[in-house]
Parts: sequence; C-alpha cells; structure tokens
Amino acid sequence: MFKSAATLTGHTMVEWMPCHVRVYELTSVAGTLARIVSQCRITMQARAFSAPRGVVAQRARAAPRAPTHNARGSLHVVASAKKKELFMWEGLREAIDEEMERDPTVCVMGEDVGHYGGSYKCTLGLYKKYGDMRVLDTPICENGFMGMGVGAAMTGLRPIVEGMNMGFLLLAFNQISNNCGMLHYTSGGQYKTPLVIRGPGGVGRQLGAEHSQRLESYFQSIPGVQLVAVSTPRNAKALLKAAIRSDNPIIFFEHVLLYNLKGEVGDRDEVQSLERAEVVRQGTDISIFTYSRMRYVVMQAVAELEKQGYNPEVIDLISLKPFDMETISQSVRKTRKVLIVEECMKTGGIGASLSAVISESLFNELDHEVVRLSSQDVPTAYAYELEAATIVQSSQVVEAVQKTCGARAVATA
Amino acid sequence: MSVMLLGQALRGCLGTAQQQLGMGAVSGARTFATALDSKQVTVEVAPFKTHKIDGPSRTVTTNLGELAQLYNTMYKMRRMEVASDMQYKAKLIRGFCHLYDGQEAVLGGIEAALNQQDSIITSYRDHCHVLTRGGTVAQVMAELFGRATGATKGLGGSMHMYRRSNNFYGGNGIVGAQIPLGAGIAFAHRYKKEPQVCVAMYGDGAANQGQKYEALNMAGLWNLPVIFVCENNHYGMGTAEWRAAKSPSFYTRGDYIPGIKADGMDVLAVKQVVAYAKQHALTHGPIVLELDTYRYHGHSMSDPGSTYRTRDEINSMRQQRDPVERVKRLLTENGYPAEEIKKVEREVKKEVDEAVEAAKNAPLPPLDWMYRNIYVDPSNTDMRTVQGSYLTPTFDRSYKI
Repeated sequence: MFKSAATLTGHTMVEWMPCHVRVYELTSVAGTLARIVSQCRITMQARAFSAPRGVVAQRARAAPRAPTHNARGSLHVVASAKKKELFMWEGLREAIDEEMERDPTVCVMGEDVGHYGGSYKCTLGLYKKYGDMRVLDTPICENGFMGMGVGAAMTGLRPIVEGMNMGFLLLAFNQISNNCGMLHYTSGGQYKTPLVIRGPGGVGRQLGAEHSQRLESYFQSIPGVQLVAVSTPRNAKALLKAAIRSDNPIIFFEHVLLYNLKGEVGDRDEVQSLERAEVVRQGTDISIFTYSRMRYVVMQAVAELEKQGYNPEVIDLISLKPFDMETISQSVRKTRKVLIVEECMKTGGIGASLSAVISESLFNELDHEVVRLSSQDVPTAYAYELEAATIVQSSQVVEAVQKTCGARAVATA
Repeated sequence: MSVMLLGQALRGCLGTAQQQLGMGAVSGARTFATALDSKQVTVEVAPFKTHKIDGPSRTVTTNLGELAQLYNTMYKMRRMEVASDMQYKAKLIRGFCHLYDGQEAVLGGIEAALNQQDSIITSYRDHCHVLTRGGTVAQVMAELFGRATGATKGLGGSMHMYRRSNNFYGGNGIVGAQIPLGAGIAFAHRYKKEPQVCVAMYGDGAANQGQKYEALNMAGLWNLPVIFVCENNHYGMGTAEWRAAKSPSFYTRGDYIPGIKADGMDVLAVKQVVAYAKQHALTHGPIVLELDTYRYHGHSMSDPGSTYRTRDEINSMRQQRDPVERVKRLLTENGYPAEEIKKVEREVKKEVDEAVEAAKNAPLPPLDWMYRNIYVDPSNTDMRTVQGSYLTPTFDRSYKI
C-alpha cells in the first residue's frame, strides 16, 4: 500500500526499525507545487497580510518578490530552483558553511564539532576550512561554554553553540535564560546576543531517559529567546541560515531521528522566516498543529484518513516561540477544530501553551475543545515497546481525528 | 608588539599619561599647577604572594596628579555608596542593593592599569563600574531609583548596569555566571585580534562555582587574554571564606593558571599587579588575581553585616586599612594642599547630592517600555501576547547609550 503510494508521488521512503514509522519526504508537497508552478525558486517571504510594522525589509532579508498564487505559509515561489537532494545533516552543514563564508564573525563552538566533525556530522570538515578558532572544540562544560558563547556574542561575534544533545543544555539553563535571553532587555537595549543554540533533541532509538528529552517545553517561558523546530532538509537549511543572520538568540531544535532524511535543499540565498508556520497540507475538516518529527507521524495518519474520507489541514508550527498566530488563527477559523500532535510531555508542553492561546483567543471559532496528543509524562523507557507507547503513534492521530470530526462517508474513488 | 605593550604597561605603572587611567567624569577644574602634579611619589607596597609566576616589584612609582585623580574617583565611589545606603533606608531604593564601600581600591587600581578598550565584567556589586566606565553618579542614582534616566533606563536595577560604549559588560545577577562570559569576551578579543584583555571579577563566594573552573580550563587551553580577579572580602554573604572554601588561597585555585595575591585596600598595589597581569595576559595567557579587601556594609542592604562578624573587626578595618584615607594620607604627606583635597570633597558631595535630587524628580519609565527591547529588530512580533489581542512591541531605534 505504502509502496505504491511512494511510486505515484516519486519520493523515497525511509523505514525506521524501532517505531515502525514510515517517513515521507516532503518532496511530495514540493513536487505538487513544482508541478503547478514549475521551475520555482523559493526565496524569503515578506509578510503576506500586513506591511511590516515600523521595519523596512532588512538587509539580511531579501526584498520581497512578487508573490504568486497559492503561496500560503512561509514560502513565496518565484524563480527557478536547482534540484539538489541532501541529507538533513548535509543541509545543516551547508547552511553553517555558507554563513561562515559570508560573515567572518560567525563561529561554531561545541563538543566534538571540530576534528571529530560533529556527532551528527553537521560540521564535518569545517575546521579544515575555517581553522580551530572558528570551529572550536570545547571541553565538556555546557555551562562554561554556553557562557563563553554568550560573552562572545555580546562583543559582536555570532556564535553557533552546539549541544551534543539538547538534554545536555539543561546544564546551561542559567546562561541561556539569564545572560542570553534577558540581556537585551536588562541592558536597556545596549547588548544583543545573536546566538544560535542548536542541537538534536527528541526521542530516538532506545537512547534512554536522559538522552530522549524534549527541551522546548522548558525553554518556552524564557523571555527574549525564539524557539524554532525544523522538520525537513529544506526548512532545516533555510531556517538555520535565517537563525544565524538573526540578531536574536534562537534555540534551534533538530531531531535525532531526522538527520538522515533526504530531501531537496535550497541554494545559498534561500532563507526562511523564523516566525512563520508551514502549511503542509490544506484541508477543511480539522487543523492539525504539529512540529519536528511528529509531522511525519501526522502525515502517515493523514494518508489513512484520506482514505476514510477526511480532509485534514496539517500545519507545521516551525516557530514554537512566538507562535504564528496569523496562520494558526486563519486555519482555526476555517476548520473550527484543533488537534495538536507533539512529542513533548503533556504537562507544560508546547501543546499546553498553544491550547491555552487558542482557547483564549479563538474560543468562538471552535466547535470542539482543543485536543492534545502528547507524550506521556514519564521518563522515556529503554525497552522498545514502552518507548513506542510513550510517544504519539499515527494510529492515535487517526483515532483522535475520527472522534473529533465524527464519522465520514468514505470518499468514492 | 609585545615591546609596545610592555611600554604601555610600564607607562601605566608610572602614571604619567593621565589618559591611561580611563577614569569617568572628573569633577571640577583642576586649577593646580602641573609642576606639583608631576611630583614623583614612590611607595613600597605590601609583598605579593605568587603562584607559579614571579610577580611585579614592590616598588610603585606614581605622581601626585595620578593620586589626586584616584582620590577623586574613589571618594566619589564612597560618597555615592553611602548616599545609596541612606536612600535605601528612606525606601526610595528597593530590592537588592549591594554596596561597594571599602572595596574602592580594587576597582580604582584595576581601572588605573587598564584603558577603556579593555573589557570588564563583574557580578552585582557594580554601581562603581558605571562611574569608571564613563557614566555619572546621576545615572547610577536614577537607575537605583528605577527612573527612566537611569543607566539602563530603569529596567535593570541595581544588579544590571551596563555601558557598552566603554566595554563594561555588567552587572550580572547570578554570581559566577559572569566568569564564563568574561572568558567569552576574551575569546572574542583574540578572535578579532584585538590587543585587549578582559577582566572578569568575582568574589570569594563565587570562587567555589563550578563554571569558574570550566572557564579557567578553557582560558588556559586556548590562552585567552583574561584576568580573573577574585575580590576577596572574606565573606560570601554570611559565610566566612574558611567555612565555604576548603582552600581559601584563591590565587592558587587556578592550579595550572598562575596567580598573584595583593593587598586590595592599597590602590597602588592593585594597579601594579593588574598592569603586570595585563601584560602577562596579552603575551602568555590567563592569570588569576586575588585582592584582599573588605566591605563595610553587609552583603546587601538586607543584611546588617554584623551577625557573622564583629563591629570591632569592621571598625579596625576602617581605621587601619581604609583605602580612601590611605590615598588622602599619601597626598597630604607628599605636600598636596589640603584646600585642594577639601575642594574635591566638596565638589563630589555636591555632585552626589544633586544626583539624588535629580533621581527623586526623574520620570518613571513609561509602561510600554515593558515590551521594548525583548527582541532585537523583530519584524513579526505581533503574535506575542495572549489576551485576545496581539500587541506589537515597539522598538525605538534611537534608544542607545
């Protein structure tokens, strides 16, 4: 069943052993767009619905091009594109390489980023090109080197600080929260910290409780930082470039299991807005909000739901802080039902914040209470079945949509 | 290059070039003849204790002009902190207020040995750093009162004062966190190939933080031009140093990083050792300094300061080792006229009183400043608040110091 679907849309599938999740590359979406507007080059988007307030399009962001139709969400489709398929880690590596070349103040620091090439190969070989000072191998002291990164950022450098696993950055929480996030405010606007704090998080393949953490829920309250979660090679590269160019501190969430995802990436000018969500699939029945790896779980469920006659709208949040309320509210007004599918815990997660925001500001647009599918509030077990039961599976998504939307007559042909 | 730096360091020591001192606003015109200003004064300071390094000589040569400058600055620090004490008791300053009186020689000596391109960072006992880095008493007072004319526009408060224009990096509330920041600033100096050092100041309490050792390790590994300065005032809030540190010889705790201990109540000793340290940091790598000093007030205004130490101890420090009195004595012993000293004192008192009055009458920061400067130059920020409406935070581009 899946195989035939695969050949129809012409993308490849990656099968993962432990969780039996089929991963769809998003070239299906891009493929569709490409068919409609062939030879497209995707550039930076300007705000689609209102003029940027008080801010003229900045030098780092390309001037808005003439929009084409169907350009919802974050991408404007304008000129020709090169078709280049890379792994996500290669895309991230290219983003870092291109930005380091473009701007001499960009540097990387982290454990094993230099000579080892990065534990997920995101900085492979860069130290040979840029030297040990710009690709700095730090000792194992997250609090210390995060502080160093913040101090360097205060003087005008643009460090990319890598946490080998997001979970390790709990040790650096003080530096991220107090010295990085709050600094622009408490210094009365004098200092900025253009830092990118990146690393893989999320539940992997039986990595154990402490290496399967989802820190987006812990970081979301910190004032002054932006949280971005990537899901495809294309948006990973484009978002990382935008994050490096941004003057705000960005916490950049990658996922351990997505690094070997293969897909198209853009060229050196493609930069994606850090505050815009991506519409993965247009629909009318229900708005499914998701991010990171859960996007693929949702799309797998959607394949099943389509057969059952449902027409869900799927939106990849991308920006976890701030939420893209424009895209979100438009979707909710259209479908009047919300399902949030996330990998972080139920308690205090991204879904909890989003659910509260939607309930408070879009209450009259809802026909059903906001449904949240999140991980269990437990440490992630090592045993495969228990780990799979901790996180959301596509069958649960299907069930939730069925319950929320009610029965459907099966679509004919 | 190193010869140039050595020359610069020596000139700093001899103090002939007043612009080396980098002091803040100098109050009052000095009508004194420069002949007396340049009168040489030679002092033998207390011996330095060293760890894996030779250390500077005990003989410090300076001149009356420099001493007068130092007295001016240190007296201003003293009066400002005492005025802050009074205003705190009058409930015009709230929250936490950590005062620096007694420790003036530490900052005075450090700034005398550095220039304004060198970076400095400290924890929350930071009011005086604003003064030595180009700020005024009025700015500090207004900030303590929470007014819009303050050093950080009333948003930072006592513990968060910064001056980016003169490379003062704050003002940090969590003690010890500024040490890796200091290492990062020194890293940036090396990265950008600037011949500057970063002085990272911390206290005897923070000297037990793990991130200090992480920063020491990295600084040593990459030879970062950072001077770690431990202002040892012997008490980490209410805990004496011997009750908190297994090894209270903080200058040796860098292990492989050389260290020097100096008398932190003698501004000339501090200046001598910091100039020496700067030269070392630029040519070799990091160094740890321990400056033996004392604070007359408690840890902060919420702490009476007498439950863990005796009044006799505080009084004896005041009588025997007061840093400001010491400089005054040096001046008068070497023939500096008493009227000039009195003039300086009057002017400083006037400046501090005027600053307090100005702060009392200064406007509060407007409410919309609460949302300003959370992010830098955001273009899509109207998705931030929740009460059914979306607020667009404003960003005043002219809002710079």
